Amino acid sequence: MSEITRYSLTEIKTLLEKKSLTSEEIVSAYQTAYENDNNADIPLNGYIEFFKDARTRASAEDIKRKNNTHGRLSGLPIAVKDNILITGKKATCGSKILEGFSAPYTATVIRRLEKEGAVFLGRTNMDEFAMGSSCEYSQYGPTRNPVNREYVPGGSSGGSAAVVGAFQAPAALGSDTGGSVRLPASFCGLYGLKPGYGTLSRYGLVAYGSSLDQIGIVAHNPADIALLLSVCAGIDSKDSTSRDFSYSDMFPLTPGNLKGLKVALPVQLNGEGNSDSVRKTAAGFIDWLKQQGADVSEISIPNLSYTVAIYYIIAPAEASSNLARYDGIEYGLRNDNGNLLDMYINTRSEGFGSEVKRRIFIGNYVLSSGYYDAYYKKAQAVRSLLTHEFDNIFTDYDIVLSPTSPTPPFKLGEKLDDPVTMYLQDICTIYANLVGIPAISIPAGMSNDNLPIGMQLAGRQGNENLLLSIAQSWKNRGGAA
Amino acid sequence: MKYDVIIGCEVHVQLSTKSKAFCTCRNVFGGEPNSRVCPVCLGLPGSLPVPNKEHIRSAIKAGRALGCSIAPLTKFDRKNYMYPDLPKAYQISQYDMPICNNGMLTVFTQEGTRDIRILRIHMEEDTGKNIHADDGSHESYVDYNRSGTPLLEIVSEPDMRSPAEAAAFVMSIHEIMQYLEISDCNMEEGSLRCDANINLWVYEEEKKYATPIVEIKNMNSFKAIQAALEYEVQRQADEWQNHRLTREAAGKSTRGWNEASGKTILQRTKEEEADYRYFPEPDLKPLSISADLIQSIEKTIGELPKEKRERFMHQLGLSETDTIVLTTEKAFADYFEQILTHYPNPKKTANWLLGEVKKYLNAGNISISDFRTTPAHIAELLLLQESGKISGKMAKDVFIKMAATGKAAQEIVSAEGLSQISDRGELEKIVIEVIAANPGSADDYRNGKLQAIKFLMGQVMKASKGKANPQEAEKLLSEKLSS
Ligand SMILES: [Zn+2]
Repeated sequence: MSEITRYSLTEIKTLLEKKSLTSEEIVSAYQTAYENDNNADIPLNGYIEFFKDARTRASAEDIKRKNNTHGRLSGLPIAVKDNILITGKKATCGSKILEGFSAPYTATVIRRLEKEGAVFLGRTNMDEFAMGSSCEYSQYGPTRNPVNREYVPGGSSGGSAAVVGAFQAPAALGSDTGGSVRLPASFCGLYGLKPGYGTLSRYGLVAYGSSLDQIGIVAHNPADIALLLSVCAGIDSKDSTSRDFSYSDMFPLTPGNLKGLKVALPVQLNGEGNSDSVRKTAAGFIDWLKQQGADVSEISIPNLSYTVAIYYIIAPAEASSNLARYDGIEYGLRNDNGNLLDMYINTRSEGFGSEVKRRIFIGNYVLSSGYYDAYYKKAQAVRSLLTHEFDNIFTDYDIVLSPTSPTPPFKLGEKLDDPVTMYLQDICTIYANLVGIPAISIPAGMSNDNLPIGMQLAGRQGNENLLLSIAQSWKNRGGAA
Repeated sequence: MKYDVIIGCEVHVQLSTKSKAFCTCRNVFGGEPNSRVCPVCLGLPGSLPVPNKEHIRSAIKAGRALGCSIAPLTKFDRKNYMYPDLPKAYQISQYDMPICNNGMLTVFTQEGTRDIRILRIHMEEDTGKNIHADDGSHESYVDYNRSGTPLLEIVSEPDMRSPAEAAAFVMSIHEIMQYLEISDCNMEEGSLRCDANINLWVYEEEKKYATPIVEIKNMNSFKAIQAALEYEVQRQADEWQNHRLTREAAGKSTRGWNEASGKTILQRTKEEEADYRYFPEPDLKPLSISADLIQSIEKTIGELPKEKRERFMHQLGLSETDTIVLTTEKAFADYFEQILTHYPNPKKTANWLLGEVKKYLNAGNISISDFRTTPAHIAELLLLQESGKISGKMAKDVFIKMAATGKAAQEIVSAEGLSQISDRGELEKIVIEVIAANPGSADDYRNGKLQAIKFLMGQVMKASKGKANPQEAEKLLSEKLSS
């Protein structure tokens, strides 16, 4: 494996600035890493497609740098989840129904990265339409965990985390609707940020649960995430739910001073439900926080017990509506034997996988007349309560802490037949999406089987900077890991 | 059989905003299929709607003009159903928190006046259009140019008691919308569409029975509204007599008006009605509407048809018939009033507009807004006629030339030497010559054969090449013959 691929995004930035390396050399190294791995016995399968034009784009950036017309991210390589649109590139969301669909426009986040000279390496694998926690529900086969290939990388942005973990990209964009960036980051031993709702424009991110979806970033260190966030964030006239907030001063990232930091530890997410190794890792992380002068207190947030239930009403409801457009009329797969209704039925039966179908059924059920009040309306009411509770918590605390996942990574196929157990995988992460606050997963330790374990910090809306600076302090800590 | 007719209307008004409801595509009618589209109105994956301020302002304007209260907090909802012309498979609409509530519109028919309550007005987006090939290929196509066009849906209470009232209600909405200048209100292009819910209350032996409610669709003109509802009244009365089905027993069905056969045709029964699974649109935040915004929009409402009519009749002294014709189209009424600023004679102006001008516009199927002749030019023409510079007949000829060329009246009169001879000295010369050249007729007149003056007048006109002012010339002739 080439040493070049071991550099972090910020290190690459420095090397390019010093002209010690060219972007073309760097991108070639990643391409070689990807190609070699693809020929291995058990390929990672993190990329659905490695872009053939990535090297040409990199050379173009090298020329710009020579001419001093380059942007802030000139020549920096980034992998992109297969549900974020780049004009002219395919975007399938890991689904057969979008087979052959080429994006006719570019997502706002991509446009901002492109403007600053970022080079996109390829499209990363994902659970179909971002529905899943293991990256096994993909039309393109499962992605494997780079730490141990018998294990899942977590989902749904499993491909994004896996390619970063396997040094096939220095950083990647994912999307996070209930934990889909943080869980894979945790399973692959990486940093993964889900910004607050509205921090990154959703324009060009294929919708799953519109009120929960947020583009997120996976990388080897918090500074890399800060760099990308500072370029991508901010209000977008094409997304009326995006927020006006300046992140321009976020990079370079300074490690946080943790003295006096008020940390809340909700008992609902830090108890018996977590596996031993996770609890041990959590205890170690809490000790470190205390050593740094943070003030850690246990609190109880009773409504946290309902988040999985609420999520599996609201997300499928929105998904059932968002995915109704895949009907074979305008784009994507079409199976048009018979009349219009036949075409709808054939196309959607053939195009969607079983987990997507399951969620469409749930969504249509909870929205149907007669059930709306009992499910969707009640779920939204609890969501409002929860949001209100977190407003109160953040008047007393700066950070809410829990593990990212109650267990370390599990093996491929282990939970495929048990959707409810799979759903419970997101028990610690979902609340941040329901409430709309930023949350980060930090690699905090290893299990007895030598698998990564992550801790999750959530903060106030607009406080991504605090989360990243605490993470940077952790990264910079002396000694282990 | 004794019964009351119960009708409620839903009127869809396409707004003439600059851009579409949730994207920046130009909002105009027609165009090469799929030429006015973008990721948003095509419903492409990842696209997001952005609300249009002009859509919201138009809704508030319409609401205030119809006496509605404006909700301080309103939101958009998704109405879910699959159809090829609906690219997202949901329509962004408003469900339980419409922007306008509880208005009132008074309509006038031959039966009298009636107050029709407006239940609500809400904002939504239009669909595309399915096009079915007529070449025998059975292929269907979709044109998304119309997709995302901003609409208002105005929903009345079931307060109309006859098809004529329903037609009058829709006509009145049509008129108000064009007075507000928020819609082209072109029914042929579908910019104003109406569905109606109709049933009967049948009275038998002291008891009241409601017949099943039927929603009638596809009524594309005021005439169609009246005809379809008249047909439906008769059909429901017959059905009652044959089957005695009540609303409770049968529920609601949907029927389409078929212009060619003059019948309504069953489209859907209650069981086939879709469950739209409405829920709040997560891509759009709820909207807060301030009292200041409402006030600033109210100031732009201007005079409504009813107020204008009262002013035309009571202040300008016009007849009811003339007033109605002048005010049906706001642009026409505006044109009329612009003439009055130069030529303040309402009756003469009205006669001209409703006579010559209307005749010309109708013959060429020209709308007043496309008419080349300006109000100032018409005023000038009327002044030329009133001052005697041209005759009534000349004025009509000059008008035709004005309308064809867009030139001013004076310009045509001068260029063609058309002006009338009213100058006494010049006329006197001609009259004296004519009397001298026709002594026989002059004698006849003097001897009491008064109609001889007609012949002499003819000679005057001939000698003046038709330019002599006839009134002045005749006065001079009789003066000279009597002296
Ligand atoms: Zn558009």
